[in-house]
Amino acid sequence: MTDLRPNVLILGIGNLLWADEGFGVRAVEHLHRHWAFPPNVRLLDGGTQGIYLVQDIRDADMLVVFDAVDYGLPPATMKLVEGEEVPRFMGAKKVSLHQTGFQEVLAMAEMMGDYPAELLLIGVQPVELEDFGGSLRPAVRDQIEPAIAEALDWLAQRGIHGHRRPAPLPPEQGIGSLEMLIEHYEAQRPDPDAAPRLGDARVLSSDQWAGPASAQAHEAQIDALLGRDRRSVSL
Amino acid sequence: MSTLATPNGFTLDTSGRRVVVDPVTRIEGHMRCEVNIDSANVIRNAVSTGTMWRGLEVILKGRDPRDAWAFTQRICGVCTGTHALTSVRAVENALGIMIPENANSIRNIMQLSLQVHDHLVHFYHLHALDWVNPVNALKADPVATSALQQKVSPHHPNSSPGYFRDIQTRLKKFVESGQLGPFKNGYWTNPAYKLPPEADLMAVTHYLEALDFQKEIMTVRTIFGGKDTHPNWLVGGVPCAINLDGDMAAGAPVNMASLNYVQKITDRCIEFVENVYIPDLMAIASFYKGWLYGGGLSNKSLLAYGDIPDKANDYSAANLLMPRGAIIDGKLSEVLPVDLTDPAQVQEFVPHSWYKYADESKGLHPWDGVTEPHYQLGPKAKGTSTNIEELDEGAKYSWIKAPRWRGHAMEVGPLARYVIGYMQGNKEIKEQVDWALKTLDVPIDALFSTLGRTAARGLECQWAARKQKYFLDKLIANIKAGDTATANTAKFDPKTWPSEVKGVGFTEAPRGALAHWIKIKDGKIDNYQCVVPTTWNGSPRDNQGNIGAFEASLMNTKVERPEEPVEILRTLHSFDPCLACSTHVMGPDGQELAEVKVR
Repeated sequence: MTDLRPNVLILGIGNLLWADEGFGVRAVEHLHRHWAFPPNVRLLDGGTQGIYLVQDIRDADMLVVFDAVDYGLPPATMKLVEGEEVPRFMGAKKVSLHQTGFQEVLAMAEMMGDYPAELLLIGVQPVELEDFGGSLRPAVRDQIEPAIAEALDWLAQRGIHGHRRPAPLPPEQGIGSLEMLIEHYEAQRPDPDAAPRLGDARVLSSDQWAGPASAQAHEAQIDALLGRDRRSVSL
Repeated sequence: MSTLATPNGFTLDTSGRRVVVDPVTRIEGHMRCEVNIDSANVIRNAVSTGTMWRGLEVILKGRDPRDAWAFTQRICGVCTGTHALTSVRAVENALGIMIPENANSIRNIMQLSLQVHDHLVHFYHLHALDWVNPVNALKADPVATSALQQKVSPHHPNSSPGYFRDIQTRLKKFVESGQLGPFKNGYWTNPAYKLPPEADLMAVTHYLEALDFQKEIMTVRTIFGGKDTHPNWLVGGVPCAINLDGDMAAGAPVNMASLNYVQKITDRCIEFVENVYIPDLMAIASFYKGWLYGGGLSNKSLLAYGDIPDKANDYSAANLLMPRGAIIDGKLSEVLPVDLTDPAQVQEFVPHSWYKYADESKGLHPWDGVTEPHYQLGPKAKGTSTNIEELDEGAKYSWIKAPRWRGHAMEVGPLARYVIGYMQGNKEIKEQVDWALKTLDVPIDALFSTLGRTAARGLECQWAARKQKYFLDKLIANIKAGDTATANTAKFDPKTWPSEVKGVGFTEAPRGALAHWIKIKDGKIDNYQCVVPTTWNGSPRDNQGNIGAFEASLMNTKVERPEEPVEILRTLHSFDPCLACSTHVMGPDGQELAEVKVR
């Protein structure tokens, strides 16, 4: 007998090591800990993997993606995008395998004739990306629960129901490794005096140092180097 | 004077037109390339630039060394497992931790499975389009394609004319829908593409088959590493328990059923590589036999750290199944020993990198490594501070440091491993290489080229799939003999550690030699330096003026149409560059198309 229930993939993507860029993965981690789903629903920490995710996308009839997206909106703004609009917003995001933007991963799924019938992108505008080894900024972290509520609503409208777990899953049953669990990742971070976040002041204190004064300055220099305004957005 | 002779044997001439490719597409990370071409469109100067700083060293400082693997695994989406393995080896080396035999076999299976996966995906999805023209495939005759397929690979089941006709129809529909998807940004009218339409259709078909197949390979790592898509690793062994009679529940120990599953996938990998990848490689290469550009440093200076220890805990060259050694000054028959702890061997220089040392005339061994960003353009750079038209390679020009082995710029990767293995008389490697040369009817010199690099990767993929089977058999035999140990936790507690120790861990990542140097102080990471394969291959010039492997490989290549630099992409892609992830999020119009400027 054929199982007629749709395959649902709830995917978090992004890099945990760059502050708000970890939003998507953290959202799925949180969802997995607090909510249980029927077996036709799969939760996945996609990290920065590109082509490796094509098969997961092809298997999905419904796809929900959590991600940090630069919409050009005020920091920490959440915005939902559905269906055909999704690839456009995931355009040139270069966080993934061999510069395969997620758009290209979707295009590969489409080329194989297995594009998800329904697609939802839950994106949050990052506050901070250039904080090496940092975690989510509070405003972005505060969007995890609302983002999950949106996903649950959207799925419920399509007959897919999650149930809040009586107690959150223990850490070892989490979606990722214990080492990258958000509490551990944040608590174990050395303070800035012990390990400066943009370079080591103990070596930077020399007179010759002429490096960037801040994360923003560092970013501006890289933008300058690449010769274009890479943050420009027009909606 | 606009010509300059480099100590490593190249003559640079900057008088011709400058061609800028930024970013170089279908690679990991951000990379820019500038070349000068003469009046005959031949490259006479090459400049390769890593345009992002990774910051990993900063992220790891002060962290728990036992967690480092999980961070290095997240640095990029490609070498995930290789970075994790290198990291746990570095910590084990520092603390003198011995791992059980089963852990060694399982790690090797995971590492080999990554090699197979990465090589396959690289060839079909990142590199094939430098040789294969999907638009030309629309002109193919499905009947003739079927005949070609049966000729090059008689054992591959998907070979009927109807099958190719279906794929062609699907491809046509896709192309006509106006969204070329993965085939966008191609130079599909460029005369550099030489395949007949039937070979193009066969290769594009296998592009799709490989995309279909590759996900299966990943399940091997998930079985042993637990988590999908980022497997767990462990200092002291592997984090999975073994119970052959156990059931197959999620999170349950590895049992006979899961081992049988790994066996099945391994067999399918061997089959796919031997029936699809290798035949395609030979078929494509046969149409490009005259295109012998791209050799660069490959017949001069090569380096491999070696990997895949046969017995656990023995990292000497004799016990490593993947070759270890160095070749310099073109003395191919003389493979030199490599010691990663010797301060005189591996050193990183920064006079042309955007980092600062107290004394930049000297290199630093990674244990004493300093990663202090210092972005500054040279006086001859052209353009404005917000729009650089031309970099000044006489000054600092890259975020990649310049690692050197005893002062030499080195090429790393499958070709380096294969040339070193061949020269060491490695029987398996010699057999494969000789077979490929004979099949293509080319002399051994053909190896030192872009195609040689691409061919070595394919052969190594086959080798790795076979070795994966070897270690799986070994693992099963050892378990059946009663040994189920997978981890040694004796020194896991930091209280048992000396207050200051240092170590080095190494692997052969798919794209080349990878090592992490670690210093641990009072239980925390005091210094962590990664020298990754693309640091070697993509290195800028050093204090002596030696050019790096990417730069060398582009020299003297003829570019048919400078505004469509297929040849540059072809050669750079043959290294499988990985400039590590950066994380720049862009909105809908932030499309980063490859921009080529000819001046």
